[in-house]
Amino acid sequence: MTMERTCKPVAAETINKLTFKDKMRAYKRSPLSLILLLLVCGAALITMLTLLYLIVYILVKGIPYITPDLFSFTYTSDNVSLMPALISTVVMTIIALVIALPLGIGAAIYSVEYAKRGNKLVQLVRITTETLSGIPSIVYGLFGYLCFVTALHWGYSLLAGAFTVAIMILPLIMRTTEEALISVPDSFREGSFGLGAGRLRTVFHIVLPSAVPGILSGVILAIGRVVGESAALMYTAGSVAQMPGQAGGGLFDSVRTLSVHMYVLSSEGLHIDKTYATAVVLLVIVIGINALSSFVAKKITKKQG
Amino acid sequence: MSCKLAIEDLNLYYGDFHALKSIHMEIQPNEITAFIGPSGCGKSTLLKSLNRMNDLVEGCRITGAVKLDGEDIYHGMDVNLLRKRIGMVFQKPNPFPMSVYDNIAYGPRTHGIRSKAKLDDIVERSLRNAAIWDELKDRLKKSALGLSGGQQQRLCIARALAVEPEVLLMDEPTSALDPISTSKIEDLAVELKKDYTIVMVTHNMQQAARISDKTAFFLLGEVIEYGETESLFSMPKDKRTEDYITGRFG
Repeated sequence: MTMERTCKPVAAETINKLTFKDKMRAYKRSPLSLILLLLVCGAALITMLTLLYLIVYILVKGIPYITPDLFSFTYTSDNVSLMPALISTVVMTIIALVIALPLGIGAAIYSVEYAKRGNKLVQLVRITTETLSGIPSIVYGLFGYLCFVTALHWGYSLLAGAFTVAIMILPLIMRTTEEALISVPDSFREGSFGLGAGRLRTVFHIVLPSAVPGILSGVILAIGRVVGESAALMYTAGSVAQMPGQAGGGLFDSVRTLSVHMYVLSSEGLHIDKTYATAVVLLVIVIGINALSSFVAKKITKKQG
Repeated sequence: MSCKLAIEDLNLYYGDFHALKSIHMEIQPNEITAFIGPSGCGKSTLLKSLNRMNDLVEGCRITGAVKLDGEDIYHGMDVNLLRKRIGMVFQKPNPFPMSVYDNIAYGPRTHGIRSKAKLDDIVERSLRNAAIWDELKDRLKKSALGLSGGQQQRLCIARALAVEPEVLLMDEPTSALDPISTSKIEDLAVELKKDYTIVMVTHNMQQAARISDKTAFFLLGEVIEYGETESLFSMPKDKRTEDYITGRFG
């Protein structure tokens, strides 16, 4: 009995809780802060609802039309299969990353780890990359058309498209990698140098592993841009719906990626339902990539503690 | 006894700023030498000149000579090899974001040791020497970032010991630590001087008086007084030293 009584936390009243009345009284004193609160709340809500509406709209319109023959390996004007476009997207993304990752990461390592502070070349590179990342993708498309398709005689091809988008994502990868490297504390570098490690070992064993999550987020953004790109690819990769290499030209065959595929379908206006179904697949892929990469980043950070 | 490190007419400039002015000093083996002085007097700068960490600072220019066992470290010595022979412990504990084991093994691996058995042996010996083996032996595979500040600092000392240096430079190794961790590191330093030569920068005069054999007092980039710790603290020869150690300024 006595135990029970001592254990009961009855009489004590919580005093540090703001009641609704308290809050209202505070806002009455400064109505501006109430307005501001409502505004930011509204902004957050609108942002969320827009995205939600978009996703739900696409899912509702698209899911009923996802049929097995949408995933058939050959495209016909009847089944409007997205499989060739899906495969082409994956292949193009991989090639673009293979080209852009070493260049972008390499350039970032040079500018952060090797170049002296205030180096003129580095400043020039930074201004250039910033300018490049602001250029509309259609301009990249025109450049790719003139350079790869015409001047190099690659024709409309997977390779011309991949090179074009590689150039497009290069500044993005370089900037995010730079930021990631800069955010690695100098004390790690000092510790490594202090043990007699050279710059190469310090960069590859200490600095880069710590920067991986940051670099990865840049890669995700880059993948997002490649998957979502249509304008630049119409000019360079063309829009033939076939598997990469199906026409016998290997990487020099023209292909269409999912985004281009969607554009073509919707502009033809014959398969709007299938377009939505395609959009569902694209959406799932993008969400899947995001989830996967944040999972990987978490794994890496956890391993490092 | 021949000296371990000889500093001869060392001048150091950061751009136009003359940070160290004609320093002469001989550091004896198997002793703890403490550098004391107010902030910005150049004691850390001198410490960093001893294993050429200042090379990384832009606009830093050094004249004069530093000799390790008679060999000039700024002429004809490989800087990575130098830093292997002269290890460093920093002010803020800076373990790498990896496991305790990998932290210790990083140095030996850098210098070409690959054998697992050898590395196991080095890791255990270094942690024992840094008096932290018992605390960490069950968490060698855990991240070093999960340790307490004092443990991290002793881990960093163990990491420095793992490459078997001859000299250990310590840049205010206890300034970020609580009193208990501080006393552990002080005991450790006294223990380590049997095998190593230790140079320690400290803001804490009691610490210098407690554990060092020689003390150098710095002021505005100059060595004002350098000698046996006992005599420097009991009968300083220079008025400025006396003012500083009695707490009249600084």
